[in-house]
Amino acid sequence: MNAQHKPTGSAYFIAKETEQLETRTLSVLVDNEPGVLARVIGLFSGRGYNIESLTVSETEHEAHLSRITIVTNGTPHVLEQIKHQLERIVPVHRVVDLSIRAREKGHEKPLERELALIKVKGEGDHRVEALRLADAFRAQVIDANTEHFIFEITGRVSKIEQFISIMRPLGLIEVCRTGVAALNRGPDGM
Amino acid sequence: MTGSSREMTGAEMVVQALKDNGVEDIFGYPGGAVLPIYDELFQQDDIVHVLVRHEQGAGHAAEGYARSTGKVGVVLVTSGPGATNVVTALQDALMDSIPLVCISGQVPTPLIGSDAFQECDTVGITRPCTKHNWLVREIGDLPRVLHEAFRVAQTGRPGPVVVDIPKDVQFATGEYVGPSPVIEHKSYQPKLQGDLDSIREAVKLMSEAKKPIIYTGGGVINSGSEASHLLRELVQLTNFPITSTLMGLGAYPASGKNWMGMLGMHGTYEANMAMHDCDVMVCIGARFDDRITGRLDAFSPNSKKIHIDIDPSSINKNVHVDIPILGDCGHVLEDMVRLWRASSAPAENKALAGWWEQIDKWRARNSLAYAPNKDVIMPQYAMQRLYDLTRDRDTYITTEVGQHQMWAAQFYGFEEPNRWMTSGGLGTMGYGLPAALGVQIAHPDSLVIDIAGDASVQMTIQEMSTAVQYEAPIKIFILNNQYMGMVRQWQQLLHGNRLSHSYTEAMPDFVKLAEAYGCVGLRAEKPGELDDAITEMISVDKPVIFDCRVANLANCFPMIPSGKAHNEMLLPDEATDEAVANAIDKKGKALV
Repeated sequence: MNAQHKPTGSAYFIAKETEQLETRTLSVLVDNEPGVLARVIGLFSGRGYNIESLTVSETEHEAHLSRITIVTNGTPHVLEQIKHQLERIVPVHRVVDLSIRAREKGHEKPLERELALIKVKGEGDHRVEALRLADAFRAQVIDANTEHFIFEITGRVSKIEQFISIMRPLGLIEVCRTGVAALNRGPDGM
Repeated sequence: MTGSSREMTGAEMVVQALKDNGVEDIFGYPGGAVLPIYDELFQQDDIVHVLVRHEQGAGHAAEGYARSTGKVGVVLVTSGPGATNVVTALQDALMDSIPLVCISGQVPTPLIGSDAFQECDTVGITRPCTKHNWLVREIGDLPRVLHEAFRVAQTGRPGPVVVDIPKDVQFATGEYVGPSPVIEHKSYQPKLQGDLDSIREAVKLMSEAKKPIIYTGGGVINSGSEASHLLRELVQLTNFPITSTLMGLGAYPASGKNWMGMLGMHGTYEANMAMHDCDVMVCIGARFDDRITGRLDAFSPNSKKIHIDIDPSSINKNVHVDIPILGDCGHVLEDMVRLWRASSAPAENKALAGWWEQIDKWRARNSLAYAPNKDVIMPQYAMQRLYDLTRDRDTYITTEVGQHQMWAAQFYGFEEPNRWMTSGGLGTMGYGLPAALGVQIAHPDSLVIDIAGDASVQMTIQEMSTAVQYEAPIKIFILNNQYMGMVRQWQQLLHGNRLSHSYTEAMPDFVKLAEAYGCVGLRAEKPGELDDAITEMISVDKPVIFDCRVANLANCFPMIPSGKAHNEMLLPDEATDEAVANAIDKKGKALV
């Protein structure tokens, strides 16, 4: 839980937060230089903000720009602070709250996708069941022998969560997830 | 040199970049990983290097230098412990928005990550306590990074930066390029001009105010002397009452008729009551810190708030404001003064007569009063005497942190900006002595006084040796009460007067200590001795340690106890033992 919600831990947050928590997806365009991810993550841990998901990769090689996608939650007041604090970091070019932007455009939320690799034991009856469910979820088999499968699945976070929970009784071994990648609909960039 | 390029070593580049960025004095301490840079310093005369006794001292000295001049303070330290020792000063500068460039040596690049001798992850350690930092692995990046460091430190909201340079990069040869007059940074572009529509809206709100107040902070000082000048003009035009944070003292003169004294936890009754009751609050370059606001949900409940700040993250952080204006105080004040003159706002605002009448009633409460004593020097009396005897001189004041700092802020009147150097945000005991040294290096002919406490001063007292070496005649005026006074006061308020480890049983003889350092030691024990001793301190052309023995158990009032609102102040004449013991309820005791 973030520091703002402790009632009297410190004089800085003496007023009780009465606002509701919201989940937001932020896109942060940064110079791809050493330490830039540490600056972003350090800001979140240092100021007690939450990170639900984080993905980062260089997206414009020529310009050495990386795009960090962060799913966070907080009260609207804290979320505004997060945006401004991110903007203070010197190698940060732009911070866009994709969730707000989507709402402005009349969409419920931005397009969000995640990829997961899921290793399942799948023996006996479970083997057939796992394959059948993978098919229903449009998961691909990318590796298999007589004792296991590795599925690749892409989709919304909720779909991946659901697939993982279904695989658990069938012999789930391990999971690797990329975190959320997100863009807004329509022709405009961030 | 600007714009020209030539071959040189990394160490030469550092010295050249300092010169090209207008640096005249730097504070530092040598060590293995910065020896090439020290070798270059040895072979030139343009830059004066001040050798401190501990790197924290270098950091605070550079802060004092920066705050008293408006220039960037420069620190040079070695790798490992050199860098870690300067961390306190970096965080101090970050919280008080002081421009510092700290250059640190690092082990050679092939050894980075090998736990080499005197290696530490300097950029990792200093990442959260700097505005930005760089590890320079390639000689080709060094000139650009050095110039960028100066730009980032002093533009926008100023702050400390670190440039960490491995030893092999200091030896490597490359092409030096001077600072570019064209600013080419793509991501870092601070906004200086305020939005005119917002300023217009603010001026309209101000012109309709019945109970306005101006509340200013360190941002006005940082913006430069022109901002203070414009602030004075705005106060004169509007006839609004004005108060300031600890950081902002001097932007408006203490002798000005609209001045109400400092606000906040140990601010005056009139300033805090006016903040609580006002209908329009104009916050200029301050950040609604918890020492200022007291209990947030009872902070100035009926006012519309205008907030001018260069940092978007300061706006709506602690307190919701109605008209945010993002920009540099100086630029916004210029627009504000111009729009006020052009508006139909009355020249002599009669509507404020009732408000001023109310303020005068609060003033009459005389919240800084204290019981005088014939036998013992009251700390407040010592401040008053020091002020009276130095006010007509070219004086700069620094402080440590604690009761003495608050008494200095309450009783020393500042007429000009950049004359008052104190650790506001971080509250660093040990700040004042090295800061005074830095101020004195920048202003060799001025009177520089560190108003100190007996506990704080011992944290960095080794810098007296530096003061002697550089013939910096700083005056260390210690209000010696044998206690960590503010800690003791809080123990009295919060912890049943159980004075756990707040008494210093083995106090050094400060007069002998001064003599041991080669300074002059003075002592005053009775009120009657004070004036002569202060006069002697001023006339001595050497560093002085002044041991001013004051009443041991005096408390600093007025005070807004933690968890209380501005209109729930504890005033000196009401502060009986019982009132003090019950001033803070159970909930407030959890607060700092």
